[in-house]
Amino acid sequence: MHIYKADQEPAVRSLGPENLLLKGATLKNTKKINGVAVYTGMETKMALNYQGKSQKRSAVEKSINAFLLVYLCILISKAVVCTTLKYVWQSKDGQDEPWYNQKTQKEKDTNMYVKMFTDFLSFMVLFNFIIPVSMYVTVEMQKFLGSFFITWDKDFFDPEIQEGALVNTSDLNEELGQVEYVFTDKTGTLTQNNMEFIECCIDGFQYRHRDELDGFTVTDGPVSKLQQKAGLEKEELFLRALCLCHTVQVKEDGAEETPGDQVDGVDGMFPQPEEERCFIASSPDEIALVKGAMRYGFTFLGLESKNMKIKNRQNDIEEYKLLHVLNFDPVRRRMSVIVQTKSGETLLFCKGADSSIFPRVKPEEVERIRLHVERNATEGYRTLCVAFKQLSAEEYAVADTGLREARLALQDREDKLMAIYNQVETGMSLIGATAVEDRLQEEAAETMEALQGAGIKVWVLTGDKMETAKSTCYACRLFQRGTELLELTVRTLEDGRTKREDKLLELLRDYHRRAVQDAPPVKAGVTRSWSTANQEYGFIIDGATLSLLMNPPRDADACLYRNLFLQICQNSTAVLCCRMAPLQKAQIVKMVKNSKGSPITLSIGDGANDVSMILEAHVGIGVKGKEGRQAVRNSDYAIPKLKHLKKLLLAHGHLYYVRIAHLVQYFFYKNLCFILPQFLYQFFCGYSQQPLYDAAYLTMYNICFTSMPILAYSLLEQHMAIEVLLDNATLYRQIAKNAMLRWRPFLYWTVLGIFQGLMFFFGVRFLFSNPALQDNGQVFGNWSYGTIVFTVLVFTVTLKLALDTRHWTWINHFVIWGSLAFYVFFSFFWGGIIWPFLKQQRLYFVFANMLSSVSAWLVIIILILLSLLPELLLVVLRKPRGPHSRQLSEETSTYTDRWLLSHPSPISI
Amino acid sequence: MAASYNAKEEDGHLSGSSGLGGTAIRTRKPDNTAFKQQRLPAWQPILTAGTVLPAFFVIGLIFIPIGIGLFVTSNNIKEIEIEYTGTETSSPCFNCSHNFSWNSTTPCKCVLSFFLDQPFESNVFMYYGLSNFYQNHRRYVKSRDDSQLNGDLNSLKDPSKECEPYRFNEKPIAPCGAIANSMFNDTLDLFYIDPNGTKNPIPLIKKGIAWWTDKHVKFRNPAGSNLTAVFRDTAKPVNWLKPVYELDTDSENNGFINEDFIVWMRTAALPTFRKLYRIIQKKNNMTPTLPRGNYTLEVTYNYPVRSFEGRKRMILSTISWMGGKNPFLGIAYITVGSICFFLGVVLLFIHHKYGNRNNSSDISN
Repeated sequence: MHIYKADQEPAVRSLGPENLLLKGATLKNTKKINGVAVYTGMETKMALNYQGKSQKRSAVEKSINAFLLVYLCILISKAVVCTTLKYVWQSKDGQDEPWYNQKTQKEKDTNMYVKMFTDFLSFMVLFNFIIPVSMYVTVEMQKFLGSFFITWDKDFFDPEIQEGALVNTSDLNEELGQVEYVFTDKTGTLTQNNMEFIECCIDGFQYRHRDELDGFTVTDGPVSKLQQKAGLEKEELFLRALCLCHTVQVKEDGAEETPGDQVDGVDGMFPQPEEERCFIASSPDEIALVKGAMRYGFTFLGLESKNMKIKNRQNDIEEYKLLHVLNFDPVRRRMSVIVQTKSGETLLFCKGADSSIFPRVKPEEVERIRLHVERNATEGYRTLCVAFKQLSAEEYAVADTGLREARLALQDREDKLMAIYNQVETGMSLIGATAVEDRLQEEAAETMEALQGAGIKVWVLTGDKMETAKSTCYACRLFQRGTELLELTVRTLEDGRTKREDKLLELLRDYHRRAVQDAPPVKAGVTRSWSTANQEYGFIIDGATLSLLMNPPRDADACLYRNLFLQICQNSTAVLCCRMAPLQKAQIVKMVKNSKGSPITLSIGDGANDVSMILEAHVGIGVKGKEGRQAVRNSDYAIPKLKHLKKLLLAHGHLYYVRIAHLVQYFFYKNLCFILPQFLYQFFCGYSQQPLYDAAYLTMYNICFTSMPILAYSLLEQHMAIEVLLDNATLYRQIAKNAMLRWRPFLYWTVLGIFQGLMFFFGVRFLFSNPALQDNGQVFGNWSYGTIVFTVLVFTVTLKLALDTRHWTWINHFVIWGSLAFYVFFSFFWGGIIWPFLKQQRLYFVFANMLSSVSAWLVIIILILLSLLPELLLVVLRKPRGPHSRQLSEETSTYTDRWLLSHPSPISI
Repeated sequence: MAASYNAKEEDGHLSGSSGLGGTAIRTRKPDNTAFKQQRLPAWQPILTAGTVLPAFFVIGLIFIPIGIGLFVTSNNIKEIEIEYTGTETSSPCFNCSHNFSWNSTTPCKCVLSFFLDQPFESNVFMYYGLSNFYQNHRRYVKSRDDSQLNGDLNSLKDPSKECEPYRFNEKPIAPCGAIANSMFNDTLDLFYIDPNGTKNPIPLIKKGIAWWTDKHVKFRNPAGSNLTAVFRDTAKPVNWLKPVYELDTDSENNGFINEDFIVWMRTAALPTFRKLYRIIQKKNNMTPTLPRGNYTLEVTYNYPVRSFEGRKRMILSTISWMGGKNPFLGIAYITVGSICFFLGVVLLFIHHKYGNRNNSSDISN
């Protein structure tokens, strides 16, 4: 490649951000380009953004670890008790080594302490089944298989993008049932990010397009207007400005597929009836504006070699030479173009946020338009102001050279550009304003209401300005009419003469008094209802104030500020944080995450700016929106629309949590009552580590006999129908705060396990006080003892699960009765053959002989019944709000009644 | 209409997927199957007081009669236990137990007499019972070689390591292991003393005391016509008086398939246990198997238990369909039945008094 040619003067070109081809860019109008690779290796965005994605662990896993610790203690204490008692017992004469049971020479020679240690270890091995190792396998399987139900759910399927939900991690399924805080992005998440031109204001007159459906047919008619209209000249100037002042590109052949990756903001979802015109722009607002202008008769035809073509109302083609584009940036919050008309006039069109345009235009023009802009903003529209300026030849020459120089500057290019931009964009005259609506997502309000009903606090984190965000919040019913708003923004801080910091503290104290101290203590589980006299608070904070709050001038206050802030937030029904930088979003999430009680947080967003908060929260949800797939890729779950969040949390999350919580408790319980008889047997066999059960039973218990029913349960259980869960958001509160894995339910399950273990062992122990159990007088030995205990155990544990199962599909039937049948079959089989590879035929015909004994049958039946009796008793005695929350609570049952009445189908729940 | 709609959707899909640029995520509308949508038809039972309460009553009503039946059955079983350890000086077996020596060649005999105040009607089963004998000690339980006992010739020559220290006594021990070595070898004989003083031996049958499958499948003598020849290269267990091929004269009950041996080899579950020793068959319907009167038990005292403070006893028992005498099951059934019934009454009361609100809402549905 030649950069210089000998006979050519080297041309100096600047390379700036506008020359940067990002990953996935498409080449257009050229076969090839020469490029320079920048930001490679560790400087790539990917490498820089890589923040060592920390492993997200669910609250359930933390509970499991705590329980495990308890069981480990039980295991060790059991082993210690047995070892101690063994040596106490052996110290008696003749017990250690009676004549009939001599030790080998090796055993006699072993050191006493070594023996003690090996004894301890043997007991550990004997009792190690109490640690439910197989639970981890089952939990993993449950999570992996269970997450398919999210992918498969057709309710999550969005016909528009032809995609359903996506599960990136299966570790957090149950966390979806534990969410206490939802942090949502506004644009693209709460709203559709599908901009629509609503109205404009030209020279102070409002133009609202009434017949939106028929919009394209009235191309030739005058702009519909409310009362009066501005001069035609002004009108056309305004529309030309809309047509020219942008960076939109036209893709004529809209139906054709573009090879390569997605370009942000493709607007090709719905083919247009007349002209297959597709606009591509970096911001959806610009497309909306160009389309808006098109509806009023000015069509942007495209940019051809620096010439912008527009078709005016008379269907004439007007050509403008594009001289300069003064790019948009978030600091200036405006952009401009400098064009030259056919007649040689040089015009500058500028559009931008009201706050950045108003100071740069003639003050007398502002007032007329400000009214409209503010009204539009409160209605939730995104507003832009349009200004223009005619440049004289001299002015242009100055600007042109300035711009060129600044662009070529190798140092401080940004600053220089900024300076010249500011210099050029002065003294303009305001010609109008536009209002673009960012429509709410489907069912956004219902979803938010359901989330709040479920006791989830919703925080809206947005980069938008306060008025727009606030109106969105009202539209989403996050703020209600009666909600008292507590504002903590730059504006409220600055209206006093006091210093900002002092004012901040003062306001914080004031709000804290109102929201926290004066509020009556909220009873757990009280629904948000209209009848309660509780004042609801909405809290609003903006980015600048937040950074002041997070990094106060005096470090000592940081903690105080933060506590006050958090307490206010926790007592508000909804919190709105506007003007947030992406990092601040993550900061907020982190602050809530680490606050008292470490609540479970969920972030939902669709854009790259939400990635940091998605990664920060316990559960990150990506919306498959229009802003690329960055958020989806970094999320734990991705859903096509915001409305799907409701089912994801209320139905899937709730069910997953109940399932896995039950699974965990059940596993601990079943291993406890499995191993407890073995422990008790040590007291009767001289603490000799004699196992009660045969080795095959020991191994198969967790693998085959009792694993499948609980797996099926944990995949299929619906303790309440999905419709009921969706209709009664309050049900979600029942499982809040890890309700089923707290110490109380854990204690209940443990006590149940101990009770049943005692039953199994001592029931059979009393039966064996006379081991002649067959009607031919023959006696049973120790393996029969173990087999009877084991049979009772397998049946009890399986039937206990059957009692807990509320949703019996054929799979449950098959697996529960199947594993019992398999146990019987296996026992026959295992005891029916002399196995050549076994050293000892311990179980040879033990099971069959057991079944031939009536007494064994009777004891098995009564022990199973007796073990399940407490469970049955609890069903009758359990208060409506039991530790398992399986029974419908009182208030819920009324909901359910209503549901049943409104759905007269014979579904019982 | 439908067609055009579909076409439109297809169109939208095309441009949509092109925008997303991924062919991998082509239209993957989830299947609308009952399983995938978690809508499998399901039976949804609700355990409520209404369904559980009757169950309590039913359980009570079934269990109490069963329990009474079991209790009566157990009480009708006649059982007598004669302890003959000989720990006390007054005991006839005191001398035998006191002077026990492994090396004595002459068997020590002792005679105990007892009185049956009730006749034993049906078949009578004779057990020996041991106490504080840990047959379930791990070292003991595993000290056997089942393949040797199954007649495997290799194991006969080279018994399993588990048998240590009862594996070799210069020659391989058959049967090896601690269990076999400590086989119970007291001989118990029973005599009925006529009212006129004559001593009638009671025929004791030694067949049918071991599990059928043990006797016929699990235990087998090594192949060979002559047991003596088969066991030629083996040593007898250390504590045995006779080698294994001299346990009985009957070839069907000799060697490994000796039923006394098989019974002993089935290790007991608890340190106090009984094992079936002999069966006294009923002669005819007219006379009881063991009529009321005086009996003597003649013990050939070979088995020492005093070193580990054990006890030996002889038990005579009749057997019912539920096995030997054991009041536990009857009591358990009566108790559980009563508890269920009682709970049923209490809960019904509670339910009626406090559960009205729930009831009314149920009815309104």
